[in-house]
Amino acid sequence: MLQTNLTHLLSAKDLEETVKNNENVMVCCGRMGPMCIPVYGVMDELQGEYSHVAFRDMEFDTPDAAVIRNLPECRNFRGLPFTVYYKNGKVVKATSSIQNKDQVTSILSSEFSAKVPVK
Amino acid sequence: MSSTPFDAIVIGAGPAGLTAGIYLARAKMRTLILNEGTAGGQLVLTHEVANYPGVESTSGYQLATTMKNQAQKFGCAIRSNVSVTRLDLHGETKIVEVNGRETFTAPVVILATGGRSRTLGVAGEADLRGKGISYCATCDGDFFQDKNIIVVGGGNSALEEAVSLTKYAASVTIVHQFDHFQASAHAVEEAKHNPKISFIMESTIAAFLGHDSLEGVKIKHIPTGEVTEAAIDGVFIFIGYVPNTETLRGLVDLNEAGEINVSPLLETNIPGVFAAGDSITKRYRQITTAVADGTVAALSAIDYLRTVGERRLVEEVANI
Repeated sequence: MLQTNLTHLLSAKDLEETVKNNENVMVCCGRMGPMCIPVYGVMDELQGEYSHVAFRDMEFDTPDAAVIRNLPECRNFRGLPFTVYYKNGKVVKATSSIQNKDQVTSILSSEFSAKVPVK
Repeated sequence: MSSTPFDAIVIGAGPAGLTAGIYLARAKMRTLILNEGTAGGQLVLTHEVANYPGVESTSGYQLATTMKNQAQKFGCAIRSNVSVTRLDLHGETKIVEVNGRETFTAPVVILATGGRSRTLGVAGEADLRGKGISYCATCDGDFFQDKNIIVVGGGNSALEEAVSLTKYAASVTIVHQFDHFQASAHAVEEAKHNPKISFIMESTIAAFLGHDSLEGVKIKHIPTGEVTEAAIDGVFIFIGYVPNTETLRGLVDLNEAGEINVSPLLETNIPGVFAAGDSITKRYRQITTAVADGTVAALSAIDYLRTVGERRLVEEVANI
């Protein structure tokens, strides 16, 4: 299991229910590796600020993570982590490899809400 | 804008910054550590640490987490993923503005801003990162099973990672700008004896080709200027580090490489401002040297604070 402060998705069903029950979802699918840990850290920092977004992680090597690995949006990805943003049940953005806080907040603001993050 | 006072502010939460925080907090200094990324700095980017004395083998993440927990346990306040938007280091009271909306002050600042992986800075590199271009063999090597890849660089990291990538790749071509390697003789020999590894010397990557994923590269032979194209599935880049000191230019003395010039006690040219870790002028950059720097900078800062305190006391007594 990933050693993060985020809520973990343990199965494809977990992901399905999370996406069904939340308008805005950000999922980071990775390992406890050098490129993934900074993204989990950024998400952990942001989950207090973006209360309208569900922040989740998922272990890349679990068989159920195929639902992320095999997404068409991740077809050309060859760098961990795979980070996927869902809005109203649909993938609206996906990124490969390490992302910093500015890159993540830019996507959150453009894809999920024009409003200022909740303080 | 209100400001929160501390005895010491450490900028950077890698091994140097966290160690400085531990020493300062144990000396009962109110200490704030500010970090632009995740606490741990480049240490969390290290998959396995096997040469940190007293710890047989651990991950960089675990070691960094322990250091962070130690610093917090001794009383350090740590703020991660913040942007330092203004630094005023010249007065007796230093001012650090964060995210354009919070200000912290202290008589002492320790700069432990660390470094980051150097990029080639050529066309296509930013767009194709994670889509064929990687800076981490342990993270992304298994995406290149039976593929043909290039490793750029000539130091220990490049040659050691090239060898490790042969576990996955069909072939590994090392592209290096010089006619010799900077890596140790052992690392060079190991790479040369690996049947999957070939070499293109005195050459650089001139451009990355591809739209949705990396499809090829342009390789420039430096002595002749000749440029050739090669189809390739992946490129791993290991060409050293650059110090995170861009925002310090004009504030403290830097050398030509952008590293902070320091005295043996890790003082910068500004009284009350110290520096430690990978961002300072030095030859060897290891976790152990960063930790040593953090210790020296903190002890020097504590000594400075005592001296300033004693001087103020003398001045106050003289004014009675």
